[in-house]
Amino acid sequence: MSFFRKILLIGLVSFYVPSSYAEMTIEITEGIESALPISVVPFGMQGASGVPVDVSFVVDADLGRSGYFKTLDKQSMPAKPSTAEAVQFKDWQALGQNYLVIGQVIEDHGQYNVQFQLFDVYKGEQLMGYRMTSSAAELRRTAHHISDLIFEKLTGKKGVFSGRIAYITSSRQGKQSTSKLQVSDADGFNAQTIASSVEPLMSPAWSPDGRKIAYVSFEKKSAAIYIQTLATGERARVAEFPGINGAPSWSPDGAKLALTLSKDGSPDIYILNLVTRSLTKLTKSFAIDTEPTWSPDGSHIVFTSDRGGKPQLYIMSSQGGEEKRLTFSGNYNARASFSPDGKSIAMVHGNGSDYRIAVMDMATKSVNVITDGRSDESPSFAPNGSMILYASRKGSAGYLSAVSLDGKMQQKLVFDSSEIREPAWSP
Amino acid sequence: MKLNKTVLALAISAVILSGCSEDEKDASLTDGTQNAASGINDASTSGLNNGSGLSGSEMNASGMYPNAGIGPEFSDPNNPLSKSTIYFMLDSSQVQDDFVPVIAAHAQYLVAHPGQRVVMEGHGDERGSREYNIALGEQRAKSIASMMKVQGVADGQLEVVSYGEEKPASLGHDEASWELNRRVELVYQGK
Repeated sequence: MSFFRKILLIGLVSFYVPSSYAEMTIEITEGIESALPISVVPFGMQGASGVPVDVSFVVDADLGRSGYFKTLDKQSMPAKPSTAEAVQFKDWQALGQNYLVIGQVIEDHGQYNVQFQLFDVYKGEQLMGYRMTSSAAELRRTAHHISDLIFEKLTGKKGVFSGRIAYITSSRQGKQSTSKLQVSDADGFNAQTIASSVEPLMSPAWSPDGRKIAYVSFEKKSAAIYIQTLATGERARVAEFPGINGAPSWSPDGAKLALTLSKDGSPDIYILNLVTRSLTKLTKSFAIDTEPTWSPDGSHIVFTSDRGGKPQLYIMSSQGGEEKRLTFSGNYNARASFSPDGKSIAMVHGNGSDYRIAVMDMATKSVNVITDGRSDESPSFAPNGSMILYASRKGSAGYLSAVSLDGKMQQKLVFDSSEIREPAWSP
Repeated sequence: MKLNKTVLALAISAVILSGCSEDEKDASLTDGTQNAASGINDASTSGLNNGSGLSGSEMNASGMYPNAGIGPEFSDPNNPLSKSTIYFMLDSSQVQDDFVPVIAAHAQYLVAHPGQRVVMEGHGDERGSREYNIALGEQRAKSIASMMKVQGVADGQLEVVSYGEEKPASLGHDEASWELNRRVELVYQGK
């Protein structure tokens, strides 16, 4: 129990660290031209002990890095109104602003009342207004939630700012390497280590309800698949067969896990029923079959196989049956990931010595390479399908990037330390 | 566990400021990743394969001859048993001719010493996808294991584990490092 207590205290400490504590910075390397001008006015603050998180700063950063909005810097603002009565719409119109966000954070006995209003500057009318109550620890999440509300109101798409990302880091001290499975907010803050080992950790996969993560651990010097519940840290070992235990992928209903086992010889795709614990072998080739991923309706599995000589993607019914080759362009297509609407898949596409992220349209089967790195891997869709998060490398630095489906918008997520890889966006 | 739950509860109650007055929108956020306790407390150490920044194909963290403790022949540079790393071509698990005598020497030794066990650790370079590289590393190790079995080594003496690209021998990101990382390491387990 003292172990748990220690972990909890560390967690609490990081809650109260002010927003200057950045584990990660995000650079927008390419934005879209049609970004909407929006001003997020610094929120008014009331309270004795100050506010631990600059809520409006977080909202401004969220909207700005989405690429859909161009935010106005504070110095250029004609005024800093925090109530509707104080807003002079003409001033904001003159600056070419389409939208205006104002708000207040009021401390009340250790709790915070956060309120905000979104205005259409040209019509001079309110589009949305909310009041929320938050603990100090949850202020950042409240801010991300505000960003989601504004984003959805103005773009019609669900916001992804209050989501989380899981990823693997590795750091090295002398000859000792430490692998960590971490979960952070979508903007890289509140990073928590949920598993750590001196042996490799791999392949984190979120359960569809976002409460659990399946992953591969070599902590016993051979591979095993674990499922860990985030809220409690409890975990269960679900696969520990001789050979490979890898590439876990949750069925959309959360009841099954597709995975790769090599217990019978070559690596094959299996389905593990998490309720009955029954195991069904899906592929039976003598080649490498691995990296299964479910279509969002649960009907199909796409996987990587080198049965044709080089790794390519194949598709089959999740009930078993005929396996059909999906990819034909390029000599290396692997590690598929379905878009949430099932209309496209992202993959690692190798051509010559470069490995990049490509997207295939499932209807036309056309493949579009959307990144330009030399070593891009592990694509993961945002839950609204608008962006793909992936791991990239420049020189010796491993980092995460996000790219829009058409490749036009690109962000680089730079973490302070460590080698970072295998990002997975929470559902 | 109780401690965790206390901080988990999070509810954001949202009230529309203007417009429809008393209408409460409930946007509750749940989940408690912030308090997730780490479930692993792994203190294992003896990593034979973490050689960093060393050059030369036969060097790793344990020095020139990782299996030297097994017998004097493993640290005699004129004895093929002193070689314990088998290298592979890109995206291939085919054993190159140069390494056939090395594998034969290890097979002979294992046949002569039925109490000895060896773990074949398969590895790949960092290019391409990680789970595919796990599969490739296993194929490399298995191709050596099957050569040894043909030469009379018992199943029970051989164990295969693949680390894919997760445990590079060389930390660089260029062809020179990739060549050193596409490998199988023969790790004797002692008696």
